Amino acid sequence: MRVQERIIEGLLWLSAAITVLITISIIWVLLSESVQFFSEVSIVRFLTEKEWTPLFAEKKFGILPLVAGTFLTTAIAIAVALPIGLTIAIYLNEYAHARFKTIIKPLLEVLATIPTVVYGFFALTVVTPFLQSFIPGLAGFNALSAGIVMGVMIIPMISSLSEDAISAVPRSLREAAYGMGSTRLQTAFGVMVPAASSGILVSVILAISRAVGETMIVAIAAGQQPRLTLNPLVPIETITTYIVQVSMGDVPHGSLEYRTIFAAGMTLFVFTFLLNNLSFWIKKKYQEKYD
Amino acid sequence: MTKRQHKLEAINLDAYYGDFHALKNINIAMEEKAVTAFIGPSGCGKSTFLRTLNRMNDYIDGFRVQGQILLDNRDIYASNVRVDELRKEVGMVFQKPNPFPKTIFENVVYGLKIQGIKDKKLLRETCEKSLRQTALWDEVKDKLDKSALALSGGQQQRLCIARALAISPSVILMDEPTSALDPISTAKIEDLIHELKQYYTIIIVTHNMQQAGRVSDHTAFFYMGELVEYSKTKTMFTSPKNERTQNYITGRFG
Repeated sequence: MRVQERIIEGLLWLSAAITVLITISIIWVLLSESVQFFSEVSIVRFLTEKEWTPLFAEKKFGILPLVAGTFLTTAIAIAVALPIGLTIAIYLNEYAHARFKTIIKPLLEVLATIPTVVYGFFALTVVTPFLQSFIPGLAGFNALSAGIVMGVMIIPMISSLSEDAISAVPRSLREAAYGMGSTRLQTAFGVMVPAASSGILVSVILAISRAVGETMIVAIAAGQQPRLTLNPLVPIETITTYIVQVSMGDVPHGSLEYRTIFAAGMTLFVFTFLLNNLSFWIKKKYQEKYD
Repeated sequence: MTKRQHKLEAINLDAYYGDFHALKNINIAMEEKAVTAFIGPSGCGKSTFLRTLNRMNDYIDGFRVQGQILLDNRDIYASNVRVDELRKEVGMVFQKPNPFPKTIFENVVYGLKIQGIKDKKLLRETCEKSLRQTALWDEVKDKLDKSALALSGGQQQRLCIARALAISPSVILMDEPTSALDPISTAKIEDLIHELKQYYTIIIVTHNMQQAGRVSDHTAFFYMGELVEYSKTKTMFTSPKNERTQNYITGRFG
């Protein structure tokens, strides 16, 4: 019996240890390949050059166009997902009947279970032609429709986490607002949303992190042309798309071109790592303020 | 002496949570500018009844009422009554102090701001007046822009009363307002109730019979959803008519 217990304990420890180990080795590979890359291309060049053409004869290694592409699609996605997601969260909390809420919440989460490749083709074959019908200058690949569709994909993330945050606000605060003669709308925006703001902020940050790392939708619908622009109507390239493009291509392993994907991956990792830590920090700092 | 006016009156009032019959045929008339206390054991319906008086139960799924509640002879459950307007007339103080996570000033003027009042001078004056009425002004006048959550429990509860007074209601409902407070804070709130009844009709739910005896002019005893006895507080505590009332106030159950 005691031996069995020990074996089980060992197995549990092992699975935790393996996970940590894998994370560490991924970071190690990223770091070591990036270090080799930066020994050939200076960080200053990497961060300040305005063109990204590592696969051309005349090579330029400025990450900014990829960062701009990522920023652009993410910003569009959040601009779509935040207002809609927050409205849904408020509706579910302040207006919807309890029974309706139990039906609609799982349905919303279905949005998050659709494979991203489906979203990508949806953006390319449905949303882009639709937008082109009234935006004449819109290219076939563009940041706009990729961003919008990505926004739709992360709506449930924002609505669900914000809804949790709003429903965690003590009922006594809602009663206080109603007791003062607030309407439902005044209660929602004047009391509940401000009181839940830290949780809502966390949901937005996690959504940003998700959008920054999203690959399939932008690879399919946003194009593969690194371009330092904030114009949503033209083809762009995000960091993730570039990594896909090069890893699927026929760039020889161990070459400088090959190592660019680790530098790009490192950049991506730094962004998402910072965002996730920021959300943890906010959660910890502002959680359980009442009670 | 002229007969004092009835501010609030319930006529044949029944209330239900789904199938549960929470209030059974309540008939009661509450006097203006006086304190009425509701007493009774837990689950007797006293809080439910208090919350029908400003329709605070409206948002509970499955809650419904039959009968009438008249405020100044108008039925507050009539279809043309706006519930947010009603609650400006009938303010409420809750069991646990529930200030908003905002500054002290913002808490007091919240009710005015949601009515669209922006006049800074008026807001400041009302804030000071309400805080003076609740004897809180001297304690907080130098930290009006500090968070209300930093105050002590007793101060928070007086702040909640000040917040209710700021929109000048005519009735104030208090749902066990001192049950979360220490004896000194409780005494301050009770003194306050004495002061306030000159201007407001006060209805208080309490578990504490000594408190009912100290602060109220009339007392209503509820049991199992029924109004068992309602009379002058002195009469009720010296010579209760109903046996159940007597058993409860002498501490035989509850």
